[in-house]
Amino acid sequence: MYEFTYSKASSVDDATSQFGAAEEGKYMSGGMTLLPTLKQRLARPSNVIDLAQVPDMSGIEVTGDTVSIKAMTRHAAVNASADVQGAIPALAKLAGGIGDPMVRNRGTIGGSIANNDPAADYPGSVVGLGATIHTNKREIAADDFFLDLFETALEEGEIITKVTYPVPDRAGYMKFPNPASRYCIVGVMVSQKGSEIRVGVTGAGACAFRVPEMEAALASSFTPEAVADIKIPDGDLNSDIHASSEYRAHLVTVMAKRAVAEAIA
Amino acid sequence: MSVKFSFTINGKSVEGDVEDRTLLVQYIREHLGLTGTHVGCDTTQCGCCTVHIDGIPMKSCTMLAVQADGCDVTTIEGLATDGELHPMQAAFRENHALQCGFCTPGMVMSAIGIVDRHKGEKLDEKTVRHELEGNICRCTGYHNIVKAVLAASEVMNK
Repeated sequence: MYEFTYSKASSVDDATSQFGAAEEGKYMSGGMTLLPTLKQRLARPSNVIDLAQVPDMSGIEVTGDTVSIKAMTRHAAVNASADVQGAIPALAKLAGGIGDPMVRNRGTIGGSIANNDPAADYPGSVVGLGATIHTNKREIAADDFFLDLFETALEEGEIITKVTYPVPDRAGYMKFPNPASRYCIVGVMVSQKGSEIRVGVTGAGACAFRVPEMEAALASSFTPEAVADIKIPDGDLNSDIHASSEYRAHLVTVMAKRAVAEAIA
Repeated sequence: MSVKFSFTINGKSVEGDVEDRTLLVQYIREHLGLTGTHVGCDTTQCGCCTVHIDGIPMKSCTMLAVQADGCDVTTIEGLATDGELHPMQAAFRENHALQCGFCTPGMVMSAIGIVDRHKGEKLDEKTVRHELEGNICRCTGYHNIVKAVLAASEVMNK
């Protein structure tokens, strides 16, 4: 790691003012991606501002129509929450499939979404369930949030405070994990809420995206067969030592099929 | 730059003053001389560096030392009480749950986490195998490790 100055933030306002004063500030939530990035010297922030001590940034609230998860809530807490399991079981399952138990004990939903790793699980849920991202400044709709590889609609210094998911009528999440890191090679969240159908894909492209063709097919028949023959073009998909873009395109169809099967099970 | 912090480790208070970028595992091994916590992969995958932070297993290679400020840290050295092995350690010995032993401290620390998460439940082999996914043993000794965790869970749940 290159040298940096570490500091704790005592509030969201304190964090943003420290960020503003820093030459190149970086917020730290659980640190599960930031620290490995620093260790590999892929980033060189002058200041690392730890959000762990900011009060009231963690917790889950489930009402009839929504599941709200504060940004610093650990994956393990989302996975173990009886409320989340009851309202959106696919989301609890997703949280329980991130990394491994020790990673889930530190990693946070806000950190995952803000970082926007192309292979992270949570972006798939944001897009696939149509969540709203709350920040210290505004609310951002799922479809406007993820822009490109590690790039989001967040402005410099903006902090995610909460993610609100509408409770769907049914939803399913399936991923094909990298066997070592458990990151998604491809993950698909499928949901239905009234007439709105969403298919959110993560792992396959530069960032999470929807598949309108599958959504249209599911609108007329919410069955695995409806998506079985829909292939997405592989031209823009990721290709690396773990999987070629052709293979990822194939996996999108397979995971979508399985996610629908889980949603209707 | 350096940063000051204090935490409890294995029941003792320590006050640290280290470079901001010092990892917790580095601090534990190199500053405190507690070398039972190992560094295997250094990439958050192998689990050799697992310690308990306020009773919860976490990977100390992916935490800064200063992030443990104010916490209660337990390493493998802190498990035994009055010369008596923790039930998980005893079960690892009893079941010959190691070959080279490099992964063992991390295995024991995360295995205790598995039993804690399923307090009062009867653990099954599938659960143990699944929840050991954050720990890698390259001697392929998983079979006896799973047996040890199941045996220890019986004792710990008594």
